[in-house]
Amino acid sequence: MDPKLFAYLAAGLGAAFTVIGAGIGIGKLAAAAMDASGRQPEAAGPIRISMIIAAALIEGATFFALVICILLALK
Amino acid sequence: MVNGVQILVSGDSLASAARTGTEPASSSAMFAELFEHAHDAHEIQLPFLGTIDLPHFAPLHVAGMTIDLSITKHVVFLWVAALLLFIVAVAAARKQGSTRFPSGVRNLMEVFVEFTRNDIVLPNMGPGGVRYIPYLLTTFLFILIMNLMGMIPYGSTSTANINVTAGLAIIAFIMIQFAAIRSQGFGHYLAHLTGGVHWTLWPIMIPIEILGLFTKPFALCIRLFANMTGGHLVIISLLGLIFLFKSYIIAPIPVAFAVGINLLELLVAVLQAYIFTMLTALFMGLGIQAGHAEHAESSHPEVGH
Repeated sequence: MDPKLFAYLAAGLGAAFTVIGAGIGIGKLAAAAMDASGRQPEAAGPIRISMIIAAALIEGATFFALVICILLALK
Repeated sequence: MVNGVQILVSGDSLASAARTGTEPASSSAMFAELFEHAHDAHEIQLPFLGTIDLPHFAPLHVAGMTIDLSITKHVVFLWVAALLLFIVAVAAARKQGSTRFPSGVRNLMEVFVEFTRNDIVLPNMGPGGVRYIPYLLTTFLFILIMNLMGMIPYGSTSTANINVTAGLAIIAFIMIQFAAIRSQGFGHYLAHLTGGVHWTLWPIMIPIEILGLFTKPFALCIRLFANMTGGHLVIISLLGLIFLFKSYIIAPIPVAFAVGINLLELLVAVLQAYIFTMLTALFMGLGIQAGHAEHAESSHPEVGH
């Protein structure tokens, strides 16, 4: 068996689980933002901006894991 | 669109090689060649003029490290972005005579300056942060221009190189410490490194706090790098599907997806420039506000109401 088999396998599985985590996190964030906008439609602008910022931060953490997966896949 | 033109041009040579019977080594070799478009390169491809070979200097060996100072594609586009920003900023800052309304490039720059001042600096750093507006504006516009240069055909994203984002993060780190030290005074700054625990816990707290100082700029670096690289990799992978299936019939589907991802990348380019700048301003603001809390405590001792 090619010793790099596990590296490629780990890269694929790692990327999948990472995206699951990011999807759940940003989904909950978007749900909270929708609720807040529904309660107070006039605050929708600032809520939208905060939502985008928080989503970018969560994605930043996701990309840490994705960079590791890319490093594994390129070995 | 982005590197699609380059990929289709270079992929054509792969496809023609396949047709004449000389198979490309394997699909992984084909993908490796496609991924080359996202990496740094020692040559620049121009639309109709062919390829320019860039000077390739021998690596220097300095203090045990090997430093490669050759001018690569990302370095050239870094300089192009800096030159563009310099020209636009100088043109905008020129005195405009007695006109009351700003016009042209000055109007455009005023939009950015006002945005930085009202939405990034003042909410995060308070009125004491006005002195840092030039640095934050430079960061925002420089990263924005570099990100957007990757969107034009035959352009390349310099921020997709971790050395570039590491340089930006190092400067951000220096500025954050500078803002904190300037506001708190060096003594209080060191005192904050201990975290306010009993002195017996200092050997544990101080390394953790120092490590915490480094994680924030490190996150800035990785976030920008991974966002920019990831966007291009997705587009390259989607367009590589056409070559994987070795037929042009299915081409509209990956191209449609690639158009969507390109639009998303435009949003991400602007958003990541904003996030980098806003987080730098936030961290600087934390340092400045800690300094204000110190000064408020020492100059307004508690008296009975």
